[in-house]
Amino acid sequence: MDVPGLGTVFWLQVKRDLQLAFRHVGQLANPLMFFIMVTTLFPLALNPMPKLLEAIAPGVVWVAALLASLLAAEGLFRQDVDDGTMEQLALSPQPLALMLLAKTTAHWLITGLPLVIMSPVVGYALFLPREAVPTTMIALALATPILNLIAGAMAALTVGLRRGGGLLSLLILPIVMPVLIFGARATDMAMSGMDPAGALYLLAALMLLALSLTPFAMAAAMRISLD
Amino acid sequence: MWTWFHKLGSPPHFYRISAWLTPWFAWAALVLIVIGAYGGLYIAPADYQQLDGFRIIYVHVPSASLSLFIYVNMAIAAAVGLIWRIKLAHAVAAACAPIGASFTFLALATGSIWAKPMWGTWWVWDARLTSELVLLFLYFGYMALRAAIDDDNRADRASALLAIIGVVNVPIIKYSVEWWNTLHQPATISKLGKPSMDFDMLIWLLVMLAGFMCFFAAVLLTRVRAEVLVRSRGQKWLKQALQEN
Repeated sequence: MDVPGLGTVFWLQVKRDLQLAFRHVGQLANPLMFFIMVTTLFPLALNPMPKLLEAIAPGVVWVAALLASLLAAEGLFRQDVDDGTMEQLALSPQPLALMLLAKTTAHWLITGLPLVIMSPVVGYALFLPREAVPTTMIALALATPILNLIAGAMAALTVGLRRGGGLLSLLILPIVMPVLIFGARATDMAMSGMDPAGALYLLAALMLLALSLTPFAMAAAMRISLD
Repeated sequence: MWTWFHKLGSPPHFYRISAWLTPWFAWAALVLIVIGAYGGLYIAPADYQQLDGFRIIYVHVPSASLSLFIYVNMAIAAAVGLIWRIKLAHAVAAACAPIGASFTFLALATGSIWAKPMWGTWWVWDARLTSELVLLFLYFGYMALRAAIDDDNRADRASALLAIIGVVNVPIIKYSVEWWNTLHQPATISKLGKPSMDFDMLIWLLVMLAGFMCFFAAVLLTRVRAEVLVRSRGQKWLKQALQEN
């Protein structure tokens, strides 16, 4: 029998997930809308003074991005587990870790990448200085995959549970705190004219660590949840 | 060595051994803590700067070190349970969590009580305080996950995986928080970083630490015994063991 290579399988899985996602465009935009709305709340709740907003902008952008990816995590594997696709993936000869990594990649393209692209607009609304925008985008591009990967591992752990929602945030938040710290600090440093390279390197290191370890954690978690 | 390992993993054997071990640890804990508390509160000289205020460290430092020690213990037990499929190891991990969370809370509480007169505030966003708080959240997450899964076997394995993910993250969290703090805050508060202690003060701290360790062992054994009782309910060896008493 002709067994397709791992790369082919990976891209097929990504393509399938993207196709499925684009059939429900409404749901697709939810995390992005959430991201924008949460950032809108801060000027309303605090004080729309440009000075104040500029001071809190890095924190607000990062917390909003974190919450948006948290919101998206819930639906990452739910549907596939419910309709049995996940069992087929687990039974297939291809490694489950790779398939779940493909699913997370698709998930990032749908929910993480839009956040990165939208961040200049949100930053502008919060009077984030222009010189901090590229750094923020790079940092978000490095950080959102980590958020999605860790969220994926935790979603795989809790996917079999009926009351997963609040629990999922409780599991994800303490683990991703370093990402928030490094990301917001990178933006902060760029704002004050310092070189943010150190923070970005640390984020990149964390991303590589997450990329190499979490797929296996995800697969192990999924196998536990499935039986 | 391996037969010993497997023997320890069998509930009946553990149930017998722990019944014998628990009082030893409990009495050792009581004696050591009484000696340590007496030494720390009366014999040790007062600090030249903080006077008697420093004496809370005799509770604070042992609980802080135990909070981390127990988390690592829990993750090791969880990993043993996951790899060798030893149910007893899962029971140990499950029993560790509430004890560890209590010690973490105790460390935070005693720290706040000490900080109020010394720093003039209950809470500061200091690196150590923050990482201790995150540790508390990690314990909460572990316990919440375990509580949310009804099936014992699945709860064991899922929470074991969570503990392992958590323990990989503990150093990352610790150093990220330290880095965040050194950048963020002026050095006004971290003046008391780690004073090189006088031997007269340190000796009682070590006694207290040993006492806390024994206390942990005694409580852990008791909790694991309770877990074993619940998990082996209806099994023959348990009925026999209970009838012998």
